[in-house]
Amino acid sequence: MSLTTPFKRIANAATLPWADVPAWPAEELVRATASELSRGARLSSWFGVPEGDAVCLVAVLAFDSEKTLAVARSAAFTGSYPSLTVKHPQAHMFEREVWEQHGLVPEGHPWLKPVRRTNGDAPANGTFFRVEGPEVHEVAVGPVHAGVIEPGHFRFQCVGEEVMHLEIALGYQHRGIEAALTGGPHRATLIQMETIAGDTTIAHATAYATILESLAGTEAPPRAQWLRAIALELERLANHTGDLGALANDVAFIPTSAACGKIRGDFLNLTALLCGNRFGRGFVRPGGCRFDLEPERAQRFLDRLKTALVDVAQAANWLWDSASVCARFENLGVVSMAQADEVGLVGPSARASGLTRDVRADHPAGWHRQAPTKAAIWPGGDVFARGHVRALEIERSGEFLCQQIFAKTESELRVEIAAPAPDTLAIAMVEGWRGEVCHVAITDAAGRFRRYKITDPSFHNWTGLALSLRGTAISDFPICNKSFNLSYCGFDL
Amino acid sequence: MFVHNTLIHRLKRGCETMAYPKGPPPPLPDRHGGSLKADATKCADGCTACVPVCPTQAITREPGKAMALDLGRCVFCAACVDVCPQDAIIQTGDYRMAVRHREDLVLGDPGKEELRLAKSLDEKLRKLFGRSLRLRQVSAGGCNACEADTNVLGTIGWDLGRFGIQFVASPRHADGLFITGPVSKGMELALKKTYDAVPDPKIVIATGACAIAGGPFVGHPQINNGADSIVPVDLYIPGCPPHPLTILDGLLRLLDRLEEKNSSQAA
Repeated sequence: MSLTTPFKRIANAATLPWADVPAWPAEELVRATASELSRGARLSSWFGVPEGDAVCLVAVLAFDSEKTLAVARSAAFTGSYPSLTVKHPQAHMFEREVWEQHGLVPEGHPWLKPVRRTNGDAPANGTFFRVEGPEVHEVAVGPVHAGVIEPGHFRFQCVGEEVMHLEIALGYQHRGIEAALTGGPHRATLIQMETIAGDTTIAHATAYATILESLAGTEAPPRAQWLRAIALELERLANHTGDLGALANDVAFIPTSAACGKIRGDFLNLTALLCGNRFGRGFVRPGGCRFDLEPERAQRFLDRLKTALVDVAQAANWLWDSASVCARFENLGVVSMAQADEVGLVGPSARASGLTRDVRADHPAGWHRQAPTKAAIWPGGDVFARGHVRALEIERSGEFLCQQIFAKTESELRVEIAAPAPDTLAIAMVEGWRGEVCHVAITDAAGRFRRYKITDPSFHNWTGLALSLRGTAISDFPICNKSFNLSYCGFDL
Repeated sequence: MFVHNTLIHRLKRGCETMAYPKGPPPPLPDRHGGSLKADATKCADGCTACVPVCPTQAITREPGKAMALDLGRCVFCAACVDVCPQDAIIQTGDYRMAVRHREDLVLGDPGKEELRLAKSLDEKLRKLFGRSLRLRQVSAGGCNACEADTNVLGTIGWDLGRFGIQFVASPRHADGLFITGPVSKGMELALKKTYDAVPDPKIVIATGACAIAGGPFVGHPQINNGADSIVPVDLYIPGCPPHPLTILDGLLRLLDRLEEKNSSQAA
């Protein structure tokens, strides 16, 4: 471990006294952050913390190869600062968000516009990037889409059928989650965490519970950590299976589509076997878990799991076996490794561009400290790669569950935890099925949340979808979109 | 090979669609708990143990008044069931929860311990929609759980199409709206426009705690506390999210497609 950095190092699921977070002038924070990003760090979060009438910026970096996180902040200031995005595009959405939330202007930001503000009307009513020319036309889609899915607005600049540029305008789903957290936790906080992105309930609830546990100077009992890890992989299995089915459906390959729709339900029902709810609501609680997986239930769980795993492996193989499916998936919606790195993709979208990024392996917390997992990588960056990485992760999650289901974990299920420590910063990251879920809490003198920052993986990844469309036929948008399957509400918060 | 393999697979599996509603419904998971039943006469004098534990403020007990539980707001976390010393609030295990009127979701008073299940549409609408209902789904701040478990109804196990119910891409092709989410301020205009674009006569279904009353986000200034503040609602389906069986029951109940005696009279 040879890393030296002016940032303060911190492990996943750990805390720091707020006073120990190094504070520099804003220009120096931007310079130091740019320097760390240039040598391989990744921007996990970048947000403002109000301090009186001013705001200080906080940078959370991930040094994946060094398996450590690091934080620093600026002194409180108002007005503007030199934009980090100019050198590192992965900061572009964060800087827009900080500007929208706190009014700090990133000088030189190439495309400064709101992230989710409504201005009393639909969020899409803003300026869009526009390509001019005699053959150029614009296509506007959404917010209401054709399927049973969430709303968002897509603005395509096309020449004929070819997309030159796609701009994605979100914010329609904004429910005010972060604003409500100031002064919390409140009694609605936990259920709000479970519904940040309803298909990512376990990952977000685990991150939140971890924040409260680390602020209380403790961690969840081993049995609860084990249960959370099991539920997390189930969540991944259900969603990845659904995605394979959706990809198949978009190229009219009905066998896999029909089979995966049902098998996805089998995995959701396994989560319901754990806790009664197919999405894992009410399972993770600060201090532990609400339900146990007793040996008899574990046996039933394993029997049903094995059947579902055989079924999904078969349904996935039909896809790879069909030349016409592979021909549709290959070289479509390509995001190169360099692009993925530049815009800071996470999760399967990053791993399908060949980047080795997986919180479970890089920054293990909870049960993943003793039950290691390996990231599933595929280098193509195309729709095929994003589908194939999911299939690989289905296999690995299945293996993980089969290995871990009878792990010996004799401990209580849930413990009472102390009140959160005052004036402290806590970070919790969880590898959700879409990628890195990052929660950062900063408490006030009374131990209440002074600022709670949530970064859903979709916040990083929507830019990846926009890039994947360049040079692609507009009719291929649905399948490119499915290959990312990002969260609107997780982004909109 | 996949042609051969998939055909053999399908022949071996046969029809995988469930027998319900002709046969029995699929069992709910044993930890699901189903609907709730609230009997305010069982409450101890002055006891308000359940009130502060409810994350969505679904339970009220004003001084001198009886306890009331609003299943429209409920996210079914069962915290109130765990904390009640008198078993005044219990889980019933019943998947059926859809109602026609908002007040039918409020439990507690004598005779109103359980929710009052939905009656079907009146005869005219039943004639129009009973065997063919096209719905435009609008997610207006939904977290993708209600949406996901609505999509499930289209899979081979549930096969919503066999009832003539289908989700369509355009409101112009629809007989009604199926709304999820609390109606975020950002979706208010889009929801109104979508509603206006559906030809009359039309129906509206509000699915999930958010669409009924704001759910986990009730009271936030960024949302509308439910769909019926924007458009008139004909069917409320509680849950967070509702189990697919609960959603299907609600749709079939509305169309009078269930073989139950109490569902055949118009509201």
